[in-house]
Amino acid sequence: MTKIERKEFIKGLLFISPWLIGFLVFTVYPIFASLYMSFTEYSVVGASKWIGLANYKKLITDFLSLKAISNTLYYAAGLVPVGLIVGLVLAILLVQPLKEILFYRTTIYFPSIVPAFAFATIGVWFFNPYIGFMNNLLKIFGIQGPFWLSEQWVKRTIILMAQWGAGGTALIYMAAIRDIPRELYESAELDGASAWQRFWHITVPMISPATLYYLVIATLGALQIFDLPNIMTGGGPANSSLSFVMYLYQNAFRYGYMGYAASMAWILFVISFILTMLIFGTTRYWVFYYGARR
Amino acid sequence: MLELFKSKEKRAFLFRNLVRLILIFITFIYILPFIWMLSTSFKADRELYLFPPKWFPWPLVWENYNKALQRFPFFKYLRNSVIITGGSLLGVLISCPLVAYGFSKIRWKGRDFFFYLMLSTMMLPGAVTIIPTFMIFKTLGWINTYLPLIVPSFLGGGAGLIFLVRQFFNTIPDDLVDAARVDGAGDLQIYLRVILPLAKPVLFLISLFTFLGAWNNYFGPLIYLTDESKYPLALGLPTFFSLYGTYWNQMMACATMTVIPTIIFFVIAQRYLIEGIKITGIKE
Repeated sequence: MTKIERKEFIKGLLFISPWLIGFLVFTVYPIFASLYMSFTEYSVVGASKWIGLANYKKLITDFLSLKAISNTLYYAAGLVPVGLIVGLVLAILLVQPLKEILFYRTTIYFPSIVPAFAFATIGVWFFNPYIGFMNNLLKIFGIQGPFWLSEQWVKRTIILMAQWGAGGTALIYMAAIRDIPRELYESAELDGASAWQRFWHITVPMISPATLYYLVIATLGALQIFDLPNIMTGGGPANSSLSFVMYLYQNAFRYGYMGYAASMAWILFVISFILTMLIFGTTRYWVFYYGARR
Repeated sequence: MLELFKSKEKRAFLFRNLVRLILIFITFIYILPFIWMLSTSFKADRELYLFPPKWFPWPLVWENYNKALQRFPFFKYLRNSVIITGGSLLGVLISCPLVAYGFSKIRWKGRDFFFYLMLSTMMLPGAVTIIPTFMIFKTLGWINTYLPLIVPSFLGGGAGLIFLVRQFFNTIPDDLVDAARVDGAGDLQIYLRVILPLAKPVLFLISLFTFLGAWNNYFGPLIYLTDESKYPLALGLPTFFSLYGTYWNQMMACATMTVIPTIIFFVIAQRYLIEGIKITGIKE
């Protein structure tokens, strides 16, 4: 490096130093510290004891951790595709040229910024099996509504409730849809393509970069689902809504099993990493950048 | 020919109104829980169990709010939420554009390396780092204070926000910066006098996101705060819910009060939140 280059280098580092300090202290160090902790028996007070792979062995034999993992995969398998479809359908409707479209956009977007801790309490009441809104509504049609927060239903109910937040996804898709050049649709229409064909062969590939963004963010979010089940049911009934991060939280901050919780954090890291890599690894088959050379 | 034109117009008319009907229905579904919340909060106890349910309870039972407020210190929780959110806003507004400037307007070796390193942290689930992070704050003696919730926002405010601001800075012509350099201005001066005044729109946008992040944060206060008098709304409401959750009218009165600040925020911010995504080019 020349003298000027070195000066610029130091200046650059100085400007980004707030982030760099945060990165070292709150990202790099915790990653390695939790890896180390995951091989120890460690509670908040007292010294840690090296126990090798015992935490990881416990993780794959502990009934509750297996339950939490399977619940979390269930959440993810529901939240990610359902959220994509709901978000996309909303986006398609919300870009239609209607005079009052801004009103629909605003109202549908609103619930997505309402805090989950408030929406959770509203949801429990809304889905109350006896006197809640949903079952009252169903009763009018002569349907006996389910016990929404029962062992059998609770995960589906939470996935359903999360769709009130689909306005955020819809925004991303709306921006992507509005960027599609009109000519593409016009020439396809001249060639006699049906509405479905235009959607499948123009809209879907043109918004695929937004889909990639959604898939990554939504998968990471779903794997960490916490607020709704923790407030609505606390993990019950019979641990049927217990998510992985809830179980991690309970071990670390309620029972003080920091070492065990650290091993859970690492498993979560590995699962997230694998799923993210799977998504990125397949992009060349389905993500299409308009105007980029293939 | 005229016939064909007419029928096409007719089809467009039908299609438009079909879309309209569907949208009205969906919009209704999206506000339904909030109408139900508001309506419940004004019901007398016996009205809760009526079938079919009463949509517009009359007379309005304001008493529910009084009773709820006796057990639910809304204004204390509100003040605590404001402190946490205000501190986070201050931190992000001071540090985030500074970092973004370093990633955008200074040409230095390693800039791209650090930039992509930063972006890659977006893929890291927050839960992975939470235990050692907690231990750091515990060692510092910061448990049961607001510091763990506020101080990290002075460190750039996270990869997402830095990315947004950096994208915005990239649209400011380098000529502007170079001209100031020729005039002998240092980078800190250029940042403060040239770039920041131009950055108001994006600073406003990151303020909105920071507000939402801090205001809606439940997990952070849950692990760091133990003393009830320090609870923000994020902990106060679930606590009331776990204790008095079956007094549904009072419960919904609390929920209504809790949602009001979000509604006020939304009225101010909705235009920017909904249009904002366009300026920032999130779809990259």
